[in-house]
Amino acid sequence: MDLSAINPALLLASLMVAATPILLAAIGELVTEKSGVLNLGVEGMMITGAICGFAATIETGSPAIGFVAAAVGGALLSLLFAFLTQFALANQVASGLALTLFGLGLSSLLGQDYVGLKPPSTPQLDIPILSDLPVLGQILFRHDMMVYFALALVAAVWAALKFTRVGLILRAVGESHDAAHALGYKVVRIRVLAIMFGGACAGLGGAYISLIRVPQWTEGMTAGAGWIALALVVFASWKPWRVLLGAYLFGGVTVLQLNLQAAGLAIPVEYLSMSPYLITILVLVIMSSDRSKAPASLGRIFHASQ
Amino acid sequence: MLMLEKRPQPSRAFAYLTPLLAVLATMIAGGLMFAALGKDPIEAIRTIFWDPLFGEFSFYYRPQLLVKGAPLVLIAIGLSLGFKAGIWNIGAEGQYIVGAICGAGTGLAFYPMESWIIFPLMILAGAIGGMLWAMIPAILKVKFGTNEILVSLMLVYVAEQLLASMSLGLLKNPEGFGFPGSRNLQQYASAHNADIIEGSGMHWGVAFAFIAVIFAYILLNRHMLGYAIRLTGEAPRAARFAGINPARLILFCLGASGALAGLAGLFEVSGPAGQISIDFNTGYGFTAIIVAFLGRLHPVGILLAGLLMALTYIGGEIAQGSLGLPGAAIQMFQGMLLFFLLAVDVLTNYRLRFSQKGAA
Repeated sequence: MDLSAINPALLLASLMVAATPILLAAIGELVTEKSGVLNLGVEGMMITGAICGFAATIETGSPAIGFVAAAVGGALLSLLFAFLTQFALANQVASGLALTLFGLGLSSLLGQDYVGLKPPSTPQLDIPILSDLPVLGQILFRHDMMVYFALALVAAVWAALKFTRVGLILRAVGESHDAAHALGYKVVRIRVLAIMFGGACAGLGGAYISLIRVPQWTEGMTAGAGWIALALVVFASWKPWRVLLGAYLFGGVTVLQLNLQAAGLAIPVEYLSMSPYLITILVLVIMSSDRSKAPASLGRIFHASQ
Repeated sequence: MLMLEKRPQPSRAFAYLTPLLAVLATMIAGGLMFAALGKDPIEAIRTIFWDPLFGEFSFYYRPQLLVKGAPLVLIAIGLSLGFKAGIWNIGAEGQYIVGAICGAGTGLAFYPMESWIIFPLMILAGAIGGMLWAMIPAILKVKFGTNEILVSLMLVYVAEQLLASMSLGLLKNPEGFGFPGSRNLQQYASAHNADIIEGSGMHWGVAFAFIAVIFAYILLNRHMLGYAIRLTGEAPRAARFAGINPARLILFCLGASGALAGLAGLFEVSGPAGQISIDFNTGYGFTAIIVAFLGRLHPVGILLAGLLMALTYIGGEIAQGSLGLPGAAIQMFQGMLLFFLLAVDVLTNYRLRFSQKGAA
């Protein structure tokens, strides 16, 4: 084994790349859950976003259009979930699972003709002075736009939830939909919008995997990233900045185990590949003692009787 | 404007009708999808739903119905117990894999000895393996309140890695010329899950599936524990006041569903699949979720739903061969079924009403 082959600066830089897909998906799911809706379909929306983004990029040659298509694809798929849970009043757990199963089927159907293709690469940001900084430049300032977009999104969600009226209404709907309804807020409409926001973010996260992280299309390529994003929201106690922290933690674990695989550690590859999932479980166990931060109406069905 | 009005009591008629409505709606939507793929929709639907049962080669496909239906029914019966009580085990795929590994490992440990005791031991090992794997989320939920949905699902990915490690390492066939995968259990008489009646598709897994249906029916309708499960699902507060121990219920529901999923894995690996290999699992653990809901979480309903879902698997394979229908289309078709089911299910608890203007 050769641990010296692992370059810490490169490790940190790839950590940011590895964390971005789950960060995007988790921040979207956070907004959805803040509105009181538990959407377990993140995995399905991510994989749909992955193929929508990939296909659009191949067809147009522009990764920017690809990411837009991924967001639209994810949001459209999430509309199905919104219809089931908000209008047909179906169980949210079951509907989320349905969304994932459907999304996995849909994506492999859409992706048949795209297996083995290589997308055009996404340009990396090159900021004149910052990118040339010795170590920091490599770690922080030589990524693609989406890495920074994800960071900005976390800040925006945090600010919106904390300081704006929209955020206040969203939280009110999530804490007590009956009270929010009595105050005259359109509970269903707000929730549908929150679900679509979650879908769009998950789609972006998926496209980041297929366009930048891998970059290729294979069936089922998200490999549980959507579920890890769901766990991340619990880990973060529904706080945006802690989602960021959690995502970088998981990104770090993923990158580290890949590096250890490459360095030829004595542990078999399969057991190293288990580690992100095992650590997710461990983190869930540690965090689950305190459920008080969850939105009070999370997962409950709202039906305005009169 | 169209409005929903809560029924004072869930409609019995719609409880029976909604699965049929959902299947019908899926056939229509699926037909549209097949048409969009450039296939004749009528022929595609006929190939999937009619040919396996009454077509030219139905003598071959009818036994397959049992072979594919048995694991689905076994797993779905277990899942339905938990789903009824609001305990969501969605990691059946992982329990299925671990059950198969434990069962096949037990059998291979005896190789090449021949004895009648080996197969029963394998069944036991499969059930215990699946149960222990499901006990991880159960105990974490009881001890720490950890979300069982996420933990059981994470364990699917762990189990898949374990499967890869086993088929490349510990259980690899020493006479397999270096190919991944274990010895073929079909060629090891004592460990082979053969048809009870030759050529009928009726292997031991099918027998166990029928037994599971009967036991689940008795449990839910005639036993105190089944009553506790139903009560917890329908009125959790009332259940707590009635002194029902939620921890015991969680351990039982997850344990039972894990054991059944483990059994399904064992019967599959020792029969139709034959060997432990990297991808011997085919997603039955996830499809069983659809089966459980399609059967309305009722044992007899699940039996019928399992057979229907098996039909779509077989019909899908035929359509893949004869019409060139992509395999993913069938997967999407099954996903659609769950969607429509959840959507029309609203009619069981609510009725549609035209509201007068200004009445709201």
